[in-house]
Amino acid sequence: MSGPATRPGAAEGGTGPRRPTRARHGSRGRRLRTRVRSWGPSLLLVSPSILLIGIFVYGMIGWNTRLALSDQHRPTDEGSFVGLDNFVALWQEARWPAAVNNAIVFTVVFVGGALLLGWLLGLLLDKGIRGEPVFRTLFLAPMAVSFIATGVVWRWLMNPAPAERATGLNALFVHVNLDFLVNTWWTAPDLGMAAMALPAIWQLSGYVMALFLAGFRGVPAELREAARVDGCSEWGVYWHVVMPRLRPVTLSAVIIIGHMSLKVFDLIIAIAGQQIVADVPAVYMWSTVFEVRDPAKGATIASYLLVAVAVFVIPYLVWTMREERSEGR
Amino acid sequence: MSQRAPERVVAPGGGTAGTTRRGQAVKFAVLIVLAAFFLMPMYVLVATGFKPFAEATAARAWLLPREWSMEGWSTAWTALAPGLWNSVRMVVPAAVVSAVLGSLNGYVMARWRFPGADTVFTLFLFGMFIPYQAVMIPLQQIMVSSGLMGGLFPLILAHTVYGIPICTLIFRNYYASIPHTLIEAARVDGAGLLRTYAHVVLPVSAPAFAVTLIWQFTSAWNDFLFAVFLTGPQSWPVTVQLNNVAGSMVVPYNQQMAAAVLASLPTLVIYLVLGRYFMRGLMAGALKG
Repeated sequence: MSGPATRPGAAEGGTGPRRPTRARHGSRGRRLRTRVRSWGPSLLLVSPSILLIGIFVYGMIGWNTRLALSDQHRPTDEGSFVGLDNFVALWQEARWPAAVNNAIVFTVVFVGGALLLGWLLGLLLDKGIRGEPVFRTLFLAPMAVSFIATGVVWRWLMNPAPAERATGLNALFVHVNLDFLVNTWWTAPDLGMAAMALPAIWQLSGYVMALFLAGFRGVPAELREAARVDGCSEWGVYWHVVMPRLRPVTLSAVIIIGHMSLKVFDLIIAIAGQQIVADVPAVYMWSTVFEVRDPAKGATIASYLLVAVAVFVIPYLVWTMREERSEGR
Repeated sequence: MSQRAPERVVAPGGGTAGTTRRGQAVKFAVLIVLAAFFLMPMYVLVATGFKPFAEATAARAWLLPREWSMEGWSTAWTALAPGLWNSVRMVVPAAVVSAVLGSLNGYVMARWRFPGADTVFTLFLFGMFIPYQAVMIPLQQIMVSSGLMGGLFPLILAHTVYGIPICTLIFRNYYASIPHTLIEAARVDGAGLLRTYAHVVLPVSAPAFAVTLIWQFTSAWNDFLFAVFLTGPQSWPVTVQLNNVAGSMVVPYNQQMAAAVLASLPTLVIYLVLGRYFMRGLMAGALKG
């Protein structure tokens, strides 16, 4: 999507005609007026969106932050400023570190799994194979479905009941005499969150495949050819020529999958409901706000989530914009 | 090593020359295994959905229905119909309004920039990534205190506003690819901002509208978080109803699976019919894709 077309350099072409105008009018005042006339209307056109984003994104983040820094622990409380107290207090509870730990395990397995499987799918399809469109359609299809619907079927598949009552994969394993594979899935205390990542991998590895496929096919054929002439094996071509050029694609995939993973909510609710064994920050926040009814604590959890996402996303956005700009020049 | 050379001439989708036939066969076999993994949940959904109540049991879990029944589908349809209708009424306005705003923003950010446009654009983009948990409490409080809670409006508003960033991104990238001369010519002819938009830019915008509308339709349709705290039982969209149906222990599996299929059909159909545009929306999320 982003090829040369997205460079602001090209976009800036739109402001081109200002230059001759500037040359014609000598005085500063007139120049300013001309400039305001040239960008005033455009600012006006974007202003409804600026207003909406300003209020609903930044205003509300500000409001949420203020709430997190207050002691409004009941909806009816007044609430006064208490600094970072809530942020510290959260770590004193048993539930919070466990939820954070679960989210980390889930994220590592989900991001790693989706990246690996997506990369493998992209690699297999890279050079074209019979039925490629069918495979591509199939691998991407889960992406069109909601996490809730995915959760319905995966809860059935990962039914932790012992084999004779199990409905899903456990029953299948017994059926084909692979009994050693039977396990308790997401209800396992240690590896449960890794199992929980399985449906998420199923849902999003097709997306990673699409990104990688675009990346693979974006590598100029001459480059691959040159490496072969230099005596590279097919694997060598991938390893030394293709893979290094996939770094930006890989980074995008990590950021997108990673930020989804940190705030995972629907999938957990659909599979485990609110059972503590699969608790994550988003679910914890949910029960804090709507069941315990503690706004300040809920806002604190939300702030942690925002920071966790911002730490990766802001540098990524800055880097992307800078990259675009340097390409444009 | 060099005997593998023929691989390089393989055209996408084409067959292969002799030496690599075995490699192709291995690849194909691996793809078939992976395809089975991807198809497994879909098989379960459809097969279980067609089973009569008595047959949706552990013993016959993986088997095809002995007797194909519509029972699960009709019960699921009755349970979900109001939610499906709510989803349609919510998704259509949200998608249209955010697409229109995205189009105006994208046009300005790509072609008629103002000082600080880059900063505004980056601030917009960050809105695409924020966890919605960070705006959840204030959003709910505003909706409650303004008395808007209850109907579909809060949900429509949320999906419209939080859809603006990605719509702006898609349109900006699209408009940046319109030939320069087209817009210059209009400007030289004395057309202003809006005239140029209406006569030059808008008429060629159909593909970008297709991408944003599909993207917005799909993400609003599949959303659960906003839906569950911004709507009441009367206005629950289909994801919330599905979760209620499936989350209840007493609802038999055949109905649960049928309901999950029904709730996913609209987005799946869009994906299958308009896959090209669906894909472009996906790729737009990955800035540097």
